[in-house]
Amino acid sequence: MRGFWAVYKKELYGMFMSPIFYVVAFIFLLASGFFFNLILSQVMLISFQVAQHMELAKGINMLELFVRSFMSNISIIVLFIAPLLTMRLYAEERRSGTMELLFTYPITDAAVLAGKFAACLSAFAVLVAGTLPGVIAVAVIATPAWKLIACGYGALLLVGCAFLSMGTFTSTLTRNQIIAAVISFGLLLVLWFIGETKTWAGQGAGSVLEYLSLSKHFENLSKGLIDSRDVLFYLVFSAFFLFLTLRQISSYRWRG
Amino acid sequence: MIEAEGLTKFYGPIGAIRNVSFEIGKGEIVGFLGPNGAGKSTAMKILTCYMPPTSGRARVDGLDIMEDSLKIRQKIGYLPENVPLYNDLTVRRFLRFAAASKGVEGKRIHAETGRVISACGLEKNADRIIGNLSKGYRQRVGLAQALLNDPDVLILDEPTIGLDPTQIIEMRRLIKDLGGNRTILLSSHILPEVAQLCERVIIINKGEIVATDSPANLTSQLQKTAKIILEVSGADQTLVEAIENLDGVVKVSCVSNGTSRFVIETDPRTDMRPRIASMAVEKGCGLLELRMMQLSLEDIFMQLVTEDPAVEGAES
Repeated sequence: MRGFWAVYKKELYGMFMSPIFYVVAFIFLLASGFFFNLILSQVMLISFQVAQHMELAKGINMLELFVRSFMSNISIIVLFIAPLLTMRLYAEERRSGTMELLFTYPITDAAVLAGKFAACLSAFAVLVAGTLPGVIAVAVIATPAWKLIACGYGALLLVGCAFLSMGTFTSTLTRNQIIAAVISFGLLLVLWFIGETKTWAGQGAGSVLEYLSLSKHFENLSKGLIDSRDVLFYLVFSAFFLFLTLRQISSYRWRG
Repeated sequence: MIEAEGLTKFYGPIGAIRNVSFEIGKGEIVGFLGPNGAGKSTAMKILTCYMPPTSGRARVDGLDIMEDSLKIRQKIGYLPENVPLYNDLTVRRFLRFAAASKGVEGKRIHAETGRVISACGLEKNADRIIGNLSKGYRQRVGLAQALLNDPDVLILDEPTIGLDPTQIIEMRRLIKDLGGNRTILLSSHILPEVAQLCERVIIINKGEIVATDSPANLTSQLQKTAKIILEVSGADQTLVEAIENLDGVVKVSCVSNGTSRFVIETDPRTDMRPRIASMAVEKGCGLLELRMMQLSLEDIFMQLVTEDPAVEGAES
């Protein structure tokens, strides 16, 4: 994997030098802060109501409720911002012609991809880490359940990984960053809600479609239920789109 | 050092190059010459392992471009056409990235980037953002990245395009200095440049090689007759006839009526000037000018790339 670090550092530098990242980060933190407040106040309201009926309170874990709702909200925001992080990866290299430079350096296509993807994932992790202080504060005040929080963030990273791999792939399809982002966003949105088609797709096809849904696997994980099938789903999903990316790049080489 | 055998590349149905074969020895400076769209860049992109050929083989230093792509890329420094660079990086940071990509060890990266920065005269601009540099400096940065890790082979696609005259001269000097034990393949559509820099020229047109030779040989090969310009005072018809009757003179033509300026076509194997001079003196004419007309590389190029039926005979 020689050249991985070189590409990784260059991409990370490019990412943190570009205004896109800061705008995305600002909007992401603003939106997540908004939902943080909203969900916290809702959870507080529920806990007041529950407190008046002690028999109800036994079955409810307030922190779990909070983490789960917060994570499912964040995951939607992530769906919006992930395409913005990945859109430049290959589209920009193709538009500016630097791909010709990169492809004639003695680095394999796989190492370039790994470097680019890892840089995106790191930037994504930095963004998500921005929401940690609030969640930690809530956890410290309430009953600290670090496993639950770690699980929620782990799930978020897995989902992010899947989103970013899709974005990386669509970035190879075009020279235009905006088109890459729009295609990625559209596909992700469909795959997020594809489980809902169960009602009219019939039992057989419906369960397959539900399995393909990006959101269904997330629900379990964000509750703190670690199922290897869900983890594997995201890993295989990411690997599949990264593989398609590599195929697309070699086809791009052949076509010139 | 570089061998190409029957390289062919199709972009969809459009053939960019067809059956291109050539060989370049170690340490040679060779120029690829051709009009725009002739297939120069395509051939270079294949040699640098940017894209595979549709058919044909090529080897660089004995390594096959399809099988040992990574090893070849290690040996080649490439300056692509239009010099694509990462516009948001500074010159130094970009060169550090390029050096690391080319496998320069961590400890040597600083020294290596420093070396190419001073070799290309970029000291004053090393910490500027590439996007803000002028065309000339961009070109130097492009050359600097090609020189990283001291490659055996340099492939430069249109290294002087878009530069102003002083920059062109500097760039040419830089390239000339880089020669020596390096093998350099450069492309250009500027003929004097190729004539100055290169020991050998490969002329390519419409995807096919039309001629390969040194600029001097190309000139003499294509000249079926040597042309001599003669200007005399007090010329008359007897002089013309006398010259026409000289052994080895093919044709005498008056450049324009009313002057005494002639173009004399002669056998290229012998220099007819002394005999023409003495003939003019014999006839009592004042000799004003007598010189050989040199066919420039431009003339040859025009002959080769324009489909002049007269030229086809010359090629064979």
